[in-house]
Amino acid sequence: MSKVEFNKETGPREVFCGLTSIVWLHRRMPDAFFLVVGSRTCAHLIQSAAGVMIFAEPRFGTAILEEKDLAGLADAHEELDRVVNDLIARRPEIKTLFLVGSCPSEVIKLDLATVAEKLNKRFLGQVRFVNYSGSGIETTFTQGEDGALKALIPLMDSSNAEKLLLVGTLANNVEDRFKKIFKNLGISNIESFPPRQSTELPKIGKNTKVLLTQPYLSDTVRDLKHRGCEIISAPFPLGIEGSTKWFLAAAKAFKISELKVHEIISPLINRAKLALESHKEILKGKRLFLLPESQLEISLARFLHNECEMDLVEVGTPYLNKDLMKEEINLLPDNTKIVEGQHVEKQLDRVRKSNPDLVVCGMGLANPLEAEGISTKWSIEMVFSPIHGIDQAADLAGLFSKPLKRNQILTSKTLVTH
Amino acid sequence: MELTLWTYEGPPHVGAMRIASSMKDIHYVLHAPQGDTYADLLFTMIERRGQRPPVTYTTFQARDLGGDTAELVKKNIKEAVERFKPKTLLVGESCTAELIQDQPGALAKGMGFDMPIVNLELPAYSKKENWGASETFYQLTRTLLKNKVSSSDKISPLRWKELGRRPKVNILGPSLLGFRCRDDVIEIQRILSEQGIDTNVVAPLGASPDDIERLIDAEINICLYQEIAEASCEWLKRNFGMEYTNTIPIGIKNTIEFVNEVHKKLDLPLTNKKELENKSKLPWYSKSVDSNYLTGKRVFIFGDGTHAIAAAKIAKDELGFEVVGLGTYSREMARQVRATAKDLNIEALITNNYLEVEDAMKKAAPELVLGTQMERHSAKRLGIPCSVISTPMHVQDVPARYSPQMGWEGANVIFDDWVHPLMMGLEEHLIDMFKHDFEFVDGHQSHLGHTATKTKDFIKSDEKKEKNSMEGIIWTESGRAELTKVPFFVRGKVKTNTEKYAILRGIPEISDETLYDAKAYFS
Repeated sequence: MSKVEFNKETGPREVFCGLTSIVWLHRRMPDAFFLVVGSRTCAHLIQSAAGVMIFAEPRFGTAILEEKDLAGLADAHEELDRVVNDLIARRPEIKTLFLVGSCPSEVIKLDLATVAEKLNKRFLGQVRFVNYSGSGIETTFTQGEDGALKALIPLMDSSNAEKLLLVGTLANNVEDRFKKIFKNLGISNIESFPPRQSTELPKIGKNTKVLLTQPYLSDTVRDLKHRGCEIISAPFPLGIEGSTKWFLAAAKAFKISELKVHEIISPLINRAKLALESHKEILKGKRLFLLPESQLEISLARFLHNECEMDLVEVGTPYLNKDLMKEEINLLPDNTKIVEGQHVEKQLDRVRKSNPDLVVCGMGLANPLEAEGISTKWSIEMVFSPIHGIDQAADLAGLFSKPLKRNQILTSKTLVTH
Repeated sequence: MELTLWTYEGPPHVGAMRIASSMKDIHYVLHAPQGDTYADLLFTMIERRGQRPPVTYTTFQARDLGGDTAELVKKNIKEAVERFKPKTLLVGESCTAELIQDQPGALAKGMGFDMPIVNLELPAYSKKENWGASETFYQLTRTLLKNKVSSSDKISPLRWKELGRRPKVNILGPSLLGFRCRDDVIEIQRILSEQGIDTNVVAPLGASPDDIERLIDAEINICLYQEIAEASCEWLKRNFGMEYTNTIPIGIKNTIEFVNEVHKKLDLPLTNKKELENKSKLPWYSKSVDSNYLTGKRVFIFGDGTHAIAAAKIAKDELGFEVVGLGTYSREMARQVRATAKDLNIEALITNNYLEVEDAMKKAAPELVLGTQMERHSAKRLGIPCSVISTPMHVQDVPARYSPQMGWEGANVIFDDWVHPLMMGLEEHLIDMFKHDFEFVDGHQSHLGHTATKTKDFIKSDEKKEKNSMEGIIWTESGRAELTKVPFFVRGKVKTNTEKYAILRGIPEISDETLYDAKAYFS
């Protein structure tokens, strides 16, 4: 392991909660509905984080707790029953209904597992009910996906067939690219989790080799291990380096030679390097500060340093699973400062003091930092954009070079904000 | 429990944030979990604010719940006070913290600070955003002025005469995330100063706690948005005798009535009465012959109470529209909206469910929708032109240009914003009419999306959706062909009416003649 500097910080945080992951999960599985059992705040959070108005009836919603629901839990369970019945009558095409716990439902100890069990019996053969918590007292942002996937594992049948299982939500086009490359490598049995249809869950067992596409799936990984799956240890497929090592790790698990991998991906690498050049020109030597939010920060730091030659000032992450991240941490330069957790005020003090060229942060902080003359990239874009794989390396770099490029074009530095 | 797919208003603590963020020298310590920090982006992204909202979130976690969350609250309060040095501190909790009952307000008051502390109790499970904003502004006003109640004589609206100066008023209610508040304030101040009236304080937008303490230097209060300021105005009236205005100056008639009301309250002679009607272009543009086609246009209105009521009045009296639907999500203003609807012989829709609004819109078959950004989407789906008149805020509702809703310029803005989509609608109709001409280029991009021109799909999808009304009814080729000739924006209404007529008369098959029979019957 390279000599990185680990720090922990506690204090007021500025991050999304796990409910936010519904914004991409509901698009990944269009036959599923995500019903948050929570407050008006939860409903408002999801619609605000999605950043857009709803163009059609959405596949997520909130059963908003009211005063009378807090008075007696028995009534709350009954009420939830009623809401679910209404919803299914209205949306008969729903195949899987996720009951998503929230901060208030956790605090009043609403037992969604029991509710789900009862509903499963009633709607047997029609709708499946799954429950997990996206609450902000337990989860941060992307951890919501971890919870949702973990909740699906018990529904997955067992199979001892040898297969490669890609775990973590990917953009559909990226997923297709990956599958094509793996097929060219000679791995034919490839499945994805989460699948594109919630009912088409992959079967798993002792010959399932799991390759993670996202770094925030600690609980899912643990449960997949319990089901006998083998976890392929690899960095994450962000950038050329990460993707190459990721393909190599998969190939090794399937006893495919390194030579074969290089033969197939070297044309991809060559053109990706070419595409990366113009971005590297802008990013080279620029100082980067990553605030914690998506848990992608360490992989992004690795890519932006190793392939785009940026200097790392501080790498924040809301949560650090050293075991899952060990391949990534190994690739970081010595003395990288990793900070797990957050004290947002102290961290912003450090941002101002270190005067970085670019800060990766949440949407609440971006404009205020821009107003102070610091360029920013909002982190939520990383989870909505296709950034994985060799072919996307230049696009990924582009997310960071664009604000800097824009900053060069717009030269007024003393703007009055309104 | 209420199933909500989308909500017009946020929770009440977001209302409190609107007050805190609108003001200077205030800090709000909010006992809340980390996810609640999303609310910052409403200000930094939608309003494009260059500062973070002055809010410290305690961001307690599950593991804190077993321990001492009260200590965590105190630690955060202490740090926030040291760092931000506010002149007044707001302390409150969001939905989850309300359940664990740490009483952060009481804790803060026990910490020995010199500054005034406002303890906000905003019931998250029964109230919403605007209520929270109103309550916060009221509690803040009360906290900062309650010591002056006994020592002050009642404030006469005529005091300015005794003091030998121009009359002074406060403008109360404008806040961040309020619809066009930034520009309304400028417009109203301009109108008042033209009349020789000075603005004492604008609050909460841009005010500091010191300004709140100065509210009683004015003779009367202008209650600009009832949703936010009525409770405070009422308290100032009860305790200091300060009169406040009831007229919301949106539209020409209302603006003139507003100017009259202010003059009457201050006993100030109105010298330029005749000029007032010509301060805006709306009356003449509306009278101009090319506006003839606006007569009787069917308009559907939905928004917050203030803007929906004002829109109904303008639509009917100033533009000659027919109001075919009126509703609000502001339950606090339901009574007034119902009264306005009653005057228009329609029934008000009071709901927080956008799908109900969409259904009502569909049934009313309007030619123009005046609503929130959500109604803009619903209208787009239905192929109806729409103009946005109310919150919830969208980045588009914070235009770079000066764009008030109130006063003379507000009336100009309203004329343009409401009439232009209709003109586009007309254009749409022409395109629809001429689309069979050989010159017509296929692939024309309509601003209404593709729903507007696809007659076939329209009928097909309607058949599916409106199965009940279609029972036993068959559209013949000639009936179908005739229906496609009806302008798309009334086609839905014509279709429903014809079917109603057919059922009424027991006609099993609708032909082109049935269409005309129905038309005559309903006219």
